[in-house]
Amino acid sequence: MRVGFLHSLIRKDEKLLIAELRKRGDMELVFLDDRRLVFDLEGRPPVDVVLERSINHSRAMHALRLFEGVGTVCVNAYEVARRCGDKILTAASLRDHGVPQPEVRIAFTPESALAAIEELGYPAVLKPAVGSWGRLLSRVNDRDAAETILEHKAILGSYHHSIFFVQRYVEKGGRDIRSFVVGDECVAAIYRTSDHWITNTARGGRASNCPVTAELAEISLRAAEAMGGGVLAVDIFEAGGGFLVNEVNYTMEFRNSIDVTGVNIPERIVSYLRGVVR
Amino acid sequence: MHECPVCEAEVPISEDPVEGELLECEECGTELEILALGPITLGEAPDAEEDWGE
Ligand SMILES: Nc1ncnc2c1ncn2[C@@H]1O[C@H](COP(=O)(O)OP(=O)(O)OP(=O)(O)O)[C@@H](O)[C@H]1O
Ligand SMILES: [Mg+2]
Ligand SMILES: [Zn+2]
Repeated sequence: MRVGFLHSLIRKDEKLLIAELRKRGDMELVFLDDRRLVFDLEGRPPVDVVLERSINHSRAMHALRLFEGVGTVCVNAYEVARRCGDKILTAASLRDHGVPQPEVRIAFTPESALAAIEELGYPAVLKPAVGSWGRLLSRVNDRDAAETILEHKAILGSYHHSIFFVQRYVEKGGRDIRSFVVGDECVAAIYRTSDHWITNTARGGRASNCPVTAELAEISLRAAEAMGGGVLAVDIFEAGGGFLVNEVNYTMEFRNSIDVTGVNIPERIVSYLRGVVR
Repeated sequence: MHECPVCEAEVPISEDPVEGELLECEECGTELEILALGPITLGEAPDAEEDWGE
């Protein structure tokens, strides 16, 4: 079986996957660098499955669409990448499937965004619809801050900064949960703990093991299913009333989670590829 | 021996390098990329773009 490895920069996560793929006698690794690919809408890559590990959302999403267009199976699927990569589509998909999430408002002008923030109440969280690693997230503590941030976005931001994704701020007890779903199993989870309200490990959050209870597995699998399934990392808040799904990541980073959970996540991902092709 | 193209410090390379691999120069902190394997060529890695991430 030939595995196309779609990538740009190769980080520790990708190296771990590559090492795992090279261990398998039945798998041949074909590198597909998204910076060198040229698509003609017809040519099929000489692979049985594409494992998407591109760092770049737009490239990943379009490449997946083009690969699937000529009949190549992809992990994750184009539709999954599209939904996960855009917080508005994520929120809509979670809603469609009845998965609990923080209260959210979407608005398209600074004026309506301000009204949305006022309606949700302070503090609110303003996020770019497309983006990751906790970048350009703002916690808006009062009306003055809201007006300032909205004005800055209107003047300095590119066009997608004029699509406003606003969430109610969730008191999450200094941590959130990141669970890892591979196919129909929630294989592991970590707590991400930080003194900062943004708990991403890319921003200094500390990872520790989080037991996968039946309740956590259930919401993780429901969130993954809402996005279309595959290999997904689900970000979850523990709020007073239960779990809330914040977002789902389709090119999941797991390098900080293998040792703390004791689960060989790259091994699980590579094993999953077998079942997808059969 | 592989030199950082920015500060000329020595950059250790893993035993199983791959093209496109991201490295950090411990001396100057620059993010580097392995541009070619035979012989190993290092260049500065591209800057993060807005849609980068998970
Ligand atoms: N509504 C909220 N209430 C409280 N904390 C929040 C809220 N939204 C985000 N955060 C904090 O900020 C972090 C990053 O938020 P989010 O995941 O939405 O951004 P991101 O840039 O997509 O990150 P990534 O894609 O790397 O997971 C969360 O893990 C959480 O710690
Ligand atoms: Mg997140
Ligand atoms: Zn250097």
